[in-house]
This record gives sequence, structure tokens and C-alpha cells, in this order.
Amino acid sequence: AGKSKVDAAVLDDLEEVLISSDVGVATTIKIIDRIEDRVAKDKYLGTEELNKILREEIASLLAENEHKLDDDDEKKPYVIMVVGVNGVGKTTTIGKLATLFKNQGLSVVLGAADTFRAAAVEQLDIWSKRVEVPIVKQKMGSDPASVAYDTVQSAVKKNVDVVLIDTAGRLHNKVNLMNELTKIKRVMQKVVKHAPNEVLLVLDGSTGQNAFEQAKQFTAATEVTSLAVTKLDGTAKGGVVIGISDQFKVPVKYIGIGEKATDLQLFDKQVFVDSFFSQ
Amino acid sequence: MFDNLSDKLDNALHLLKGHGQITEVNVAETLKEVRRALVDADVNYKIAKTFTDTVKEKALGQNVLKTLKPGDLMVKIVKDELTELMGGDAEGLDLSGHPSIILMSGLQGSGKTTFSGKLANFLKKKKAKNPLLVAGDVYRPAAIDQLHVVGEQIDVEVFSDKEEKNPVKISERAIAHAKSNGFDVVIIDTAGRLAIDEVLMKEISSIHHTVKPNETLFVVDAMTGQDAVNTAKAFNDVLDYDGVVLTKLDGDTRGGAAISIKSVVDKPLKFIGTGEKMEALDVFHPSRMADRILGM
Ligand SMILES: Nc1nc2c(ncn2[C@@H]2O[C@H](COP(=O)(O)OP(=O)(O)OP(=O)(O)O)[C@@H](O)[C@H]2O)c(=O)[nH]1
Ligand SMILES: Nc1nc2c(ncn2[C@@H]2O[C@H](COP(=O)(O)OP(=O)(O)OP(=O)(O)O)[C@@H](O)[C@H]2O)c(=O)[nH]1
Ligand SMILES: [K+]
Ligand SMILES: [Mg+2]
Ligand SMILES: [Mg+2]
Repeated sequence: AGKSKVDAAVLDDLEEVLISSDVGVATTIKIIDRIEDRVAKDKYLGTEELNKILREEIASLLAENEHKLDDDDEKKPYVIMVVGVNGVGKTTTIGKLATLFKNQGLSVVLGAADTFRAAAVEQLDIWSKRVEVPIVKQKMGSDPASVAYDTVQSAVKKNVDVVLIDTAGRLHNKVNLMNELTKIKRVMQKVVKHAPNEVLLVLDGSTGQNAFEQAKQFTAATEVTSLAVTKLDGTAKGGVVIGISDQFKVPVKYIGIGEKATDLQLFDKQVFVDSFFSQ
Repeated sequence: MFDNLSDKLDNALHLLKGHGQITEVNVAETLKEVRRALVDADVNYKIAKTFTDTVKEKALGQNVLKTLKPGDLMVKIVKDELTELMGGDAEGLDLSGHPSIILMSGLQGSGKTTFSGKLANFLKKKKAKNPLLVAGDVYRPAAIDQLHVVGEQIDVEVFSDKEEKNPVKISERAIAHAKSNGFDVVIIDTAGRLAIDEVLMKEISSIHHTVKPNETLFVVDAMTGQDAVNTAKAFNDVLDYDGVVLTKLDGDTRGGAAISIKSVVDKPLKFIGTGEKMEALDVFHPSRMADRILGM
């Protein structure tokens, strides 16, 4: 390939690709500035080199992530509390995670701590049957913290490896609902001090800049430790997680790519970055 | 986020005061700020560009010498333009059918089932209608149960058939049931689907062809980002829907997707969802939405 000048037009195109993937103005400017710095040293770059630099720069903004559960036996059961705004895919992601862990030979229990949304318990119950893992539930309207408590207690008694706690969708600007999450967390700690090992924030991949506020507020309430980005089987690219990962230093662990039990993948930086420039 | 666009624009425009008039050259920086603010509010990138071109046309030649805060002048131009873009008077629903049929459509998790309930409740309480809800989502775990719970909450009958896997047939039977039992509005809930899922898009298209709705509504999450244009267009290509419902506006999203969708399909924004409760429905107000997008 011939050398082409990295000029304003090339950078404009780049800006368009990033912005239209929801990367956001601030992060886009950050990425472009970094590229300009590198390009300043070598004005004539092949498109391939430019692409390579770009991928490196974006990847460097994504937090590092290790794909394993803590295998310290003292910390059993491994408790994952799943949180997020309404309709992003929390319950479905739990069904998928249960499948993943079960296939790894781990024992799993689900906790139906969404006692609010219509038929939320039934929905998780269907997943529990589908994946053939037990569920701990109470009736609609009961205290979600009490469900979470029961679930962790049952896991301890039965020596279960992984606990997955479903929570009701809630918008991050609702203080009472956010406090409820803090309470669920605190109550689980009465059973096992280390709980939850993980707070997984689920983000809908088609969400725009509001995802920043979601990450911020859920982190404030529950100290989010990892992210799952769902619905990436659609046309949205989920670019907002680049800025989020950079700003909050929380790794993306999983991506959702469909509605089936097996439609979950471990997050791979390179693949994710490549998807911006595909099409 | 630009919490105060007006201040930002003041800064960008203060230079301009010396010139007395808004010109092509001195307004460039300001328009860039406007565009950034819009993109930050999730307005589609390309649409924000076209929009600022229109704003430029309106602004050129305006006298800013006498204006104390030129930012305000610019914000007013932007706001008026946004409001106009999002549409005039509230449109209402076509309820002339016997029964009137309303079909929901949209991506997964956008709020279709909840909105079906809200709309039934609204029509029952505010319009003295006798609605029937139809459980047309045969895929999502517990989708039928969810609609039944919603129906109980608002005391509206729900038509469902757990044995039937074809939503076209369910819809047909529901309409027959409505006709013989005095229901005057039939609201059909459907499964969430991706616009690129050809099988499911064909399915909803076939429901649409069969039941010939008075109103097909596209239900979209107000937090949607840049992809809103693709989805809105793809659903419109298949369904030629009659209106848009913007949900989850009780959050703090700016909701720029409203602009993107309106620009790309030119269909009225009809209702907004402002909570999980059955009462949390409002008619769409363009000027309020413009304020929100601008963070005012
Ligand atoms: N296409 C696609 N759909 C998904 C994915 N993950 C979840 N969904 C769908 O999104 C919708 C909402 O998923 P749920 O798991 O119920 O979401 P939730 O966050 O638990 O919702 P609430 O509990 O109501 O807040 C369902 O229709 C799911 O099937 C995904 O990765 N891809
Ligand atoms: N805060 C808030 N939550 C809403 C609103 N509308 C719907 N929800 C919530 O969003 C989530 C998804 O709503 P559903 O009605 O199940 O969405 P759906 O489009 O039917 O989802 P699928 O059938 O899975 O495609 C639920 O938790 C609802 O309670 C709203 O206006 N505000
Ligand atoms: K995608
Ligand atoms: Mg759920
Ligand atoms: Mg639904």
C-alpha cells in the first residue's frame, strides 16, 4: 500500500467513526489528540499503520481484565450481584452466566432479588429450569435484601460455588432505589464477609452518553467491579464503554450477543476494537 | 456534559460582539459548540451537522450588538429550531376502528410491555375506552405472565394462548374475541426484536399486514445513542409506523435520540414513559423535550 498523508480529512473520518459508535466527544478528542501526537513524528503513514496505531490507542483506554473467578477457597461462595438500569439485560445475562459456570463444572444458585417488576421472579425461574440450576425466591413485593440473604445462606449450607443475584432494574437518579442496592450488599455480608465478590453492571450496548452517568452512580452506590455490555448482536457498537472503562477503570468482562443461554462471550479488546472498523 | 450551554455559547460568542453581526466566519466556533452539545445529548452526528447548518442560516446577519448575552440569542435560535423539528401539536391516536387496533414494536427491553399496560390504563381512565391487551410475545421468558400481571394491576383483560406459537394467529383470535365481547381497543404487545433479525422482522410485518392496525407505535428507550437512526429507519421501512413512544424519561438522559428519530423517519413523537408505574405516561411536548436536550 502506498503512503498516504494523514491529513485533516482522514482525522475527520476517524472522528465520525468514533462518534457514531457512541464513543462520545470527550473520549474521541482524547483519541484523536493522541493520534495527532504520534502522527506528528511520522507525517506519512500507510493506512494500515494508522489503523494499527488507532487500535492500540483505543485498546489502551480499555481496562485490563482477567477472566477467572477468584479460586481462593476461603472466598467461597463466589457471589456476583448483577445491577443496572431497566431492561438492559440483567436477568438474561444471569441465565447466560449460569450456563457458562455450569459448563465449567461449577455449582450455581440464582437469587431472585427482583421482587418488583411484573413477573421478574417467573422470568428468572424459567432460566433456572432451562439451565437446571436451583433458584431461591420469595413472593413478589418481598424485601430483595432478604432474598439475597437467603440465597447466600443456602449457598453456604450447600457448598455452592457461584451465587448470582438478580436485582430489579432501576434508574441511577433514584436515590431510594440506589440505597436499596447498598442495603442488599450489606445484608449479604452478614452471611459471608467477602460478599459480593463481584458487582457486575450491565449496560445496554445501544445506550448513548447516559451510560457514563449510570457507571458513575452505580459505582457510587455499589462499587461496581466489572461490566457486561449486551445486545451487541445489533447494529449498535457500544463505544461508550471505551470512555467508561478509561474513566472508571472498570473492566468489561462479558458481552451479550443474543437472547439464548449461550449468547455470552468473554470480552476481547481486540475483537471489540476491530468491530468499529468493520462494515 | 455541557450543563450550561448558554454560558458556553456566551464564551464562544463574546468575540463576535465586537463585530456587531453574526457572520459565517465568526459563528463557526459557536456552531461547533452547539454541535458538540447535541452529540453529547445523543443526537446523531450527521443530523447534528445538518441541524447546525440550518441554525447558521437563521443566525447569519442577526444583530448582536444590542444583545447583552449573545449566548441567549443563539440558544433561542437553537431551541426554536429543535422544537419545530420535533413537531407541532400533540397528535393523539386514531381510535376510529371497530375495534381500534394498536400494535407495539421495538427493540428488546425498550418498554413495550410496560407501555402497552400504560396505554390501556390511559385509554380506560382518560378516554372511557374498554381495551383488551394481547400477549403477542411468544419468546421472552415469562412475557405472557408479565402482561397478565400488568393487566391485573390496571384491571384490564389480557388475551393470551400459551399453546399457540404464532403471534399472527394469537392476534387474529384476540381481535375476534374483542369483537364478540365489546372491547373497542385492542393493544397488541410483541416480542422485542433487532431490526437486522430478518425472521422476526418478517413476523411483525405479517402481524401488521394481517391485523391492519389503526396505530403502529415504535417504542424506543430514551437513553439510546447514535444507533437510534438505524433502528428507527429499519423498523419504519418494514412497518411504516404511525408514531413514536419515548420511554424511561424519568432518568437523566438528554434524549437526543428524539431528534434523530424524528429527522430520519418524520413520524410524530406521541407519548413518553416517565416511570415503571402504570400512571407514568405523558403526551409528548416538543418544547419540553428541546429544553431537556439542551440541558435547560
Ligand atoms: N438481542 C439481544 N437481546 C438481549 C440480550 N440480552 C438481553 N436481551 C433481551 O433484552 C430484553 C430485556 O432483558 P432482561 O434480561 O429482561 O433485562 P433486565 O435488565 O433484567 O430487565 P429489568 O429486570 O426489567 O430491568 C429481553 O427481551 C432479552 O431477551 C442480548 O445480548 N442481545
Ligand atoms: N424507569 C422507567 N422504567 C421503565 C419505563 N418503561 C419501562 N420501564 C422498565 O423497563 C424495563 C423493560 O420494560 P418492558 O416493558 O419489559 O420492555 P419490553 O420492550 O416489553 O421488553 P422485551 O419484551 O424484552 O423486548 C422494565 O423494568 C420496565 O419496568 C419508564 O418509562 N421508566
Ligand atoms: K454490533
Ligand atoms: Mg430483570
Ligand atoms: Mg415485552
